[in-house]
Amino acid sequence: MENQNAVIVKNLVKTYAHVEALKEISLNVKKGELFGVIGPDGAGKTSLFRIMSSLLLPDSGEVNVLGIDVTRDYASIRKKMGYMPGRFSLYQDLSIEENINLFASIYDTTLEENYENIRYIYSQIEPFRKRRAGALSGGMKQKLALCCALVHSPEILFLDEPTTGVDAVSRSEFWEILQMLKKRGMTILVSTPYMDEASLCDRVALMQDGRILSVDTPAKITTAYAYSLVAIKTNEKYNMLSSLRMLEQATLVYPFGENIHVVSDKGKLTSEELTKYLSAQGMENWEIVEVAPDIEDCFIALMNQHVAA
Amino acid sequence: MKRLTSLIRKEFYHIFRDKRTLLILFGMPVVQILLFGYAITNEIKDAHIAILDQSHDEVSRRLADKLVASGYFLPDGQAESIDDVEQLFREGRIKMAVVVEPDFADKLQHEGKASVQLLADATDPNMANTLVNYATAIIQNFQLELNQPGQPPILVGAEVRLQYNPSLKGVFLFVPGLITILLMLVSAMMTSISIAREKETGTMEVLLASPMNPGQVIIAKVVPYFSLAFLDAVVVLLLGRYVFGVPIMGSVPLLLAEIMLFIIMALSLGILISTVAQTQQTALLLSLMGLMLPTILLSGFIFPIENMPLPLQIISHIIPARWFIVIEKAIMLKGVGIAYFWKETLILIGFTVFFIGMSIKKFNVRLG
Repeated sequence: MENQNAVIVKNLVKTYAHVEALKEISLNVKKGELFGVIGPDGAGKTSLFRIMSSLLLPDSGEVNVLGIDVTRDYASIRKKMGYMPGRFSLYQDLSIEENINLFASIYDTTLEENYENIRYIYSQIEPFRKRRAGALSGGMKQKLALCCALVHSPEILFLDEPTTGVDAVSRSEFWEILQMLKKRGMTILVSTPYMDEASLCDRVALMQDGRILSVDTPAKITTAYAYSLVAIKTNEKYNMLSSLRMLEQATLVYPFGENIHVVSDKGKLTSEELTKYLSAQGMENWEIVEVAPDIEDCFIALMNQHVAA
Repeated sequence: MKRLTSLIRKEFYHIFRDKRTLLILFGMPVVQILLFGYAITNEIKDAHIAILDQSHDEVSRRLADKLVASGYFLPDGQAESIDDVEQLFREGRIKMAVVVEPDFADKLQHEGKASVQLLADATDPNMANTLVNYATAIIQNFQLELNQPGQPPILVGAEVRLQYNPSLKGVFLFVPGLITILLMLVSAMMTSISIAREKETGTMEVLLASPMNPGQVIIAKVVPYFSLAFLDAVVVLLLGRYVFGVPIMGSVPLLLAEIMLFIIMALSLGILISTVAQTQQTALLLSLMGLMLPTILLSGFIFPIENMPLPLQIISHIIPARWFIVIEKAIMLKGVGIAYFWKETLILIGFTVFFIGMSIKKFNVRLG
């Protein structure tokens, strides 16, 4: 069984001066998996990624990556992994070409040797190879950073919020690249605050406040949704929100895109009851829309469970 | 090895692509030595003066020639009357006027004394003082020459000349001090800032995530700054030698070797600072407050250590620059060999070993 797991994390705890960043986190990532760690800012994603990539030491707990205990043998794992920090961290005063060549030589290899591995990505920025990295757009910077992280053909890739601050087109291009790398058998761990990116992963871990709320495939997480959910479409969002929040049976009420989502325990709140209540409140111009819960709904429900518990 | 060379190349890219870094590295040594050598000095050279000769005889002309031949003064403008002199002062063309009274030679011959009036522009009191002192010295000298026949020889003149040459000594002292400050600046400050920059911009995170060992990262940082600091020292020595005539009396290879030792000491100090500083600003402040000020003030470069209050004298012992300046002066000005400053050299080696040891202990293979 050991062999099938690329990453094993057990009871990981990390505390900074006043903050508990990770509270007894455990998770496994299988070889060849595209694994997403999803959670808002401050959930502890970056701490988790830094510990898994041997850049930080945990206070307690075990981390095993590719069979290597990264808290002890940091030198071995650093040869086999690619790591891309959340902030763009390449040399802005060096050109694309110089950055890639530098990282290639740091890993005792050359761009030419590994050209095939990164060709698909590199070809997109190659026309600008003489341009300084500081003068690149956000999307191009991310591609360059990925090239540098891939230039030594790592077995496992840690990407900490690679799509934060990147435009929508570049984001989807980036995920296409990840799918392609996955097909080649690379294990990829990626963190993101964007819930919509969860569905692009094989499995996701939902993370909040230093804890993992759930780990599963995106589909299973949504089917495991334990509540009944309705969406209400209205023009008077504010009034609607206030009156719905006074409804006793509604566990959770929150704006969601153009609609308002109302969550209740299964069987506790029928459409008829809801209609009756809203009419009694004097609300007009609204309709109930059928929706299936998505990852964000699941996340909010799980978060609420945790707070309640 | 290839790893190291490409990292070193990268470091040179950083330096040569940043105008501010370049300016500090190459502009500053030249500007500083020229400033110290020329501007911040009380030496008089080609001071514009007017000579109002109301006597027009052979002796007064000889006196005028002597003043001009000294090289300190440059006659500027024609003065026929005291009003002309006034006018020249107002225009700011001259700093001093020499007025020779009428019948100068005649009075000297018959009365045994004649007077020369020195008028100086006292808006700059120091300058005026110096000019008057120089001129007085030359006139006294001239007087001795006139007195020679029939008198026992008096040899005062030569002494006067030495006394009035303090600035030249100043430059001699500035060069060793300047080299010390520059090496401190380039080696310790620039290195610590450049390492802190990697931390600040997050590139250190990526380097740490690679199989590079920390030693290689540090060596790659150190090599460029070592060579540039050495180059700076050579530039200052050459400028000192050929622009200001500051000699190197002792062994040049020995001097260069001691300079290298001091650079390595300063580099290890810079690395130590960077292990503490997380941002460029902290690194800059630490180097400025912790290194530059003590180096300038407590090394004996500007203020003699003997004149300091006792506590400061004691503190000055832990300023590496203090020992290095002693070594430099010994080689450059006294021309003595290692036998005279092996103790200072050992102290510098001791500092180096200590700083390197501390840096290795403090260097983190991880973040935070």
